[in-house]
Amino acid sequence: MKTVKGKASLSTLWRFVKVHKWLYALMLVCELLISATSIISPLFTSYAIDNFIGGNTLDGLTGFIIAYVVFIIVSSALQYIETRSGITLEMALLRDMRRATFNHLQTLSVAYFNVNSVGVLHARVMSDTEKIGSIVVWDGNHGMRHIVYVFGAVGVMLKLNPVLAACVLVIVPLIAAATAFFGKRVERLHRKEREINAKITAGFNEGITGAPTTKSLAVEEKLERDFFGHTSDIRKQSVKLTHYVSLFYTIITFASSLALAAVLWYGGYITSEQLIGIGTLSVFMTYAQGLVSPVQWAIVAITNIISVKVNLERVTALLQTESGVKDSPEVVEKYGDSFNHKRENWEKIEGAVEFENVSFTYPDGEEQVLENFNLKVPCGTRTAIVGETGAGKSTLVNLLCRFYEPTSGRILIDGRDVRERSVGWLHANIGYVLQTPHLFSGTVRENLLYGKEDATEAELDAAVRSVNADKVIAKLGNGYDSYIGEGGGTLSTGEKQLLSFARAILADPALFILDEATSSIDTLTEELVQNAVEKLMEGRTSFIIAHRLSTVKTADLILVVKDGKIIERGNHAELLKAKGYYYDMYLKQFREENLRI
Amino acid sequence: MVKASDGNIKNSQILGGFLKGSWLFFGVSVFSNLICTLCTTVLPLIISFTVDSVIGNETAEGFYASAAQLFGGVENLKANLWIPALIIAGIALVNGLFSYTNNYFNGCGNQTLVKNMRDGLFSHVQRLPLSRQIMTSTGDVIQRCTSDVWNLSNFISNQMVALLRIIITMVVSVMFMFTMNLTLAGVSLGLIAAITGVSFGFRVIMHKRFRECDEQEGVLSALAQENLTGVRVVRAFGREKYERDKFDRQNEYYTGLWVKTGKVTAGYWSSTEFFNTLQMLVIIVVGTLLCLDGRLTAGELIAFISYNALLVAPLRELGRIISQLSRASVALGRICEVIKAPSEDLGGYEGRLSGDIVFKNVTFGYGEKPVLDDISVTVPEGSTLGVIGGTGSGKSTFAAMLSRLYEPDGGAVYIGGRNIAEIPLATLRANIGLVMQEGYVYSRTVGENIGIAANEPTPEEIENAAKSACVHDNILGFAGGYDTAVGERGVTLSGGQRQRVAIARALMRDVPVLVFDDSLSAVDSRTDAAVRANLKSKFAGATVIIISHRINTVIDADNIIVLDGGKIVESGTGAQLVEKGGIFAEIYKKQTALPEELEGGAL
Repeated sequence: MKTVKGKASLSTLWRFVKVHKWLYALMLVCELLISATSIISPLFTSYAIDNFIGGNTLDGLTGFIIAYVVFIIVSSALQYIETRSGITLEMALLRDMRRATFNHLQTLSVAYFNVNSVGVLHARVMSDTEKIGSIVVWDGNHGMRHIVYVFGAVGVMLKLNPVLAACVLVIVPLIAAATAFFGKRVERLHRKEREINAKITAGFNEGITGAPTTKSLAVEEKLERDFFGHTSDIRKQSVKLTHYVSLFYTIITFASSLALAAVLWYGGYITSEQLIGIGTLSVFMTYAQGLVSPVQWAIVAITNIISVKVNLERVTALLQTESGVKDSPEVVEKYGDSFNHKRENWEKIEGAVEFENVSFTYPDGEEQVLENFNLKVPCGTRTAIVGETGAGKSTLVNLLCRFYEPTSGRILIDGRDVRERSVGWLHANIGYVLQTPHLFSGTVRENLLYGKEDATEAELDAAVRSVNADKVIAKLGNGYDSYIGEGGGTLSTGEKQLLSFARAILADPALFILDEATSSIDTLTEELVQNAVEKLMEGRTSFIIAHRLSTVKTADLILVVKDGKIIERGNHAELLKAKGYYYDMYLKQFREENLRI
Repeated sequence: MVKASDGNIKNSQILGGFLKGSWLFFGVSVFSNLICTLCTTVLPLIISFTVDSVIGNETAEGFYASAAQLFGGVENLKANLWIPALIIAGIALVNGLFSYTNNYFNGCGNQTLVKNMRDGLFSHVQRLPLSRQIMTSTGDVIQRCTSDVWNLSNFISNQMVALLRIIITMVVSVMFMFTMNLTLAGVSLGLIAAITGVSFGFRVIMHKRFRECDEQEGVLSALAQENLTGVRVVRAFGREKYERDKFDRQNEYYTGLWVKTGKVTAGYWSSTEFFNTLQMLVIIVVGTLLCLDGRLTAGELIAFISYNALLVAPLRELGRIISQLSRASVALGRICEVIKAPSEDLGGYEGRLSGDIVFKNVTFGYGEKPVLDDISVTVPEGSTLGVIGGTGSGKSTFAAMLSRLYEPDGGAVYIGGRNIAEIPLATLRANIGLVMQEGYVYSRTVGENIGIAANEPTPEEIENAAKSACVHDNILGFAGGYDTAVGERGVTLSGGQRQRVAIARALMRDVPVLVFDDSLSAVDSRTDAAVRANLKSKFAGATVIIISHRINTVIDADNIIVLDGGKIVESGTGAQLVEKGGIFAEIYKKQTALPEELEGGAL
């Protein structure tokens, strides 16, 4: 993922905050007023002590109580508004950012997902946004509140008595320095701790998944020694961490007590000289102890705000990524974009495919994998693509599906450049079935309707029966309304495949692309799957990334791929006669298939 | 360390075992904590005395007077205000030092406890028999070993200590408050009770809501995950809009849930703020009235306010501690469940066994249908047994029985005339080189993986084993050679490479019995043959059991058994079996056939 400048991140942030700027402003105002109430609060005590107790009178007590009650109501109301607006703001920001990142991901081409792992992208949508929301709202506002409180308290003290104020103030830089000094070390140790922790979790994982091997090798004690080494390491790290944290708190509390002692000494002196009242002295003592945590919190908030930069940059980079495959404005105008298909303008497709002088280099690769490639596939024919694992069999399919655009040359469907019509149009007309079928959690019906949103019950039945998936569904108990778990967990791979075929048939595509499973699926369903595939290819132009001889043999055209390039083409008989690469591959494949008992 | 485990051991005993070695740390920590608490509670007293009698003009009485005498009387203190200041500084120093020892030793105790728990769990999990149900759910066991451990240790080191501190603080503060003034103490404690009630009630209400929010975030997260993993399907069917709307709905729902929760949270914070400030007002007003009555001094009022502050925070904490108690006890229960599961006793190494193997009427089954049904076969020392069978024929279980990864339900296995049930597992398994099909690799370097079962292996020994397993050249092809990290956090090896690394690992030990459980299934036939040839020359005297689905791999064995449905259906040498015309012969024909198009010069 590319890097972005700080300015770009800020403008991304502003884009999200702008929408809620009034709420943000409201919260900020609350924060300022809350700091004001915290600064004022000890003044009430001081007033009571100096005026009523010191003056030995009850005059003005009613006024005092009324003022205090107003204060109580105001401060609790502020607290309510602040918390509520904060949570609302945080969640609104989070929702908007998640929506924006998720929606943006929907517009990116498949090529992007080949380079960026699901885990990373998931983190962008879920956790980066969460961190940004929480820090921008809470740390931003609380940081402000604490800073204002510190300055306010300092101001009040300076006004009451500058010299006594100085006694308290010496601790502020001390706390700041200590927080900064220890903060860095603690952060570093935390990181190390996390690293070792990951090793420990991996160790447990190994202890369980590797158990059969561990037992058969009788290496339990050796693994234990290594594991105990890791736990000792983390113990050492954590104790070191504890040392720093403890030392930090010791220094902080000691510093604030020293300030208290100084206040008592000098303050006591000037109080006995009648320069200030006992009440004022108590204000100073409150501040001496009360300044510690705001200073700490302000620093924590600032550190967090700095650290959120990374998350913000990641989200910005994602939002700035342009899809490698984009429709021209004219095409979008006529055919619609990813979210709004203008089906009324879509032409019917026959299914003739032509590659015309196509050259292609993968964006992250150096080698040209296709060079002036030409191929004419008439309607309703079958093309098989064969080759070793990793030979580059998917390239043609990637181009045909417009997951990538050719570097030069054109791909024509029914004689027209695919770029003249939208990606949505193309995808709606291509049935793409993967070797590892992906089903969504939900009911069988929801999954099938993925192929055709408005399919009738009769259409569903017909599609399901045509690929023999009816038995699978009957087995599930609730028919179409049976729930299938994450990734279709309750079904075997073969069964999932049958359902994904039914889904594809509902979509009724003119072009059909199949990425065949490499390894054998359960023998029980294998025959059913083969039959379903035959059914699917009937009357459609089809491309199969093939691993099975039976599929290859019946193809009208076979393309043999090696090291990313197409080295042989022809039908089965022709290629065998040539006794080239295909011939060797076929023999080997034949033997391997026969090895299955 | 906790050694398991008869099923009757109590959870508390297990916990006691884990706490071994951390008691002392916790003891020192608690003692320090006590001193800190005393320091914090004494401080307001000194301040109140100084404010009243040294700075103000109240006469010191009783304890205060005699304490003042120690420092030359009140008059001397008045002249030298630095003395009380110094006392405060001194107390602060003591407080600081003990706060350090409190935290530090608490950390030590906690870390020792965590280490004990982790080590104990790891040792135990490794020794659980494979047949235990618990071994089938990796995620669950890992959660028990990581987050449950964390929950429990956190509760013991943080919450228990906090609880202790809260109790001490409460007792001391309340005592001082009551000695100072009964009325004021009563008023302030009554309001504190109200605050505690509010915070406790809030926890009860919120617990469910927070959990629901968490669950809904899980749903949202799963939606995003599924969309990303299924991106090709989404694109292929052009269903971006549908996906967007689905995510949007859940996103909106989750947000709404939190915003609703926000109302209650805001209500909680503002009501505690309300009660806290209200309590301050009451204390100030009642305190002022008492002062004017001469029943309280200004210094005492200041001290009283300090004590009050000392009380409020920990009481709020109390609710949290109680809510975490149930969580910790659940965690303890889950950890103990693992520890209580009976583990294997590995025993010691007793030396080399002979390679003479006899299976006598061995029967084994997970459910009602046996996986192995009355298996009897003799493998003389130094001979080779081939085992052939399809998926579900029981051939892998056959191999596992010999290493006692599973115990037979009926019959017995003998090695050198001894029932293997009587041989210590450490001895038995060290004498059998079992290589399994999937070829598990540990996350460490490839060299370490090969040498893992050997005693301080030299690089040459490792290389030789790798050469015999035909994986040496592959390893040299890696950027780091033998030091290349493999496994979960390293280079991903192909199936065939993993299998050969596993074979090399088994070859590091000079064992009397070698068992290959379909362990060359992912390599091509030529490499398969080469590895077998190497084995023959290196382990000439060893008994070898080769399990395979490939006829060529077993055809030269001294004896071959064909397994089907857990039974031996055919046995004999390869030539005999081919002649016999049974299952074996059929497979043989199929596997050695040429494609029909190529036969008889059809092309």
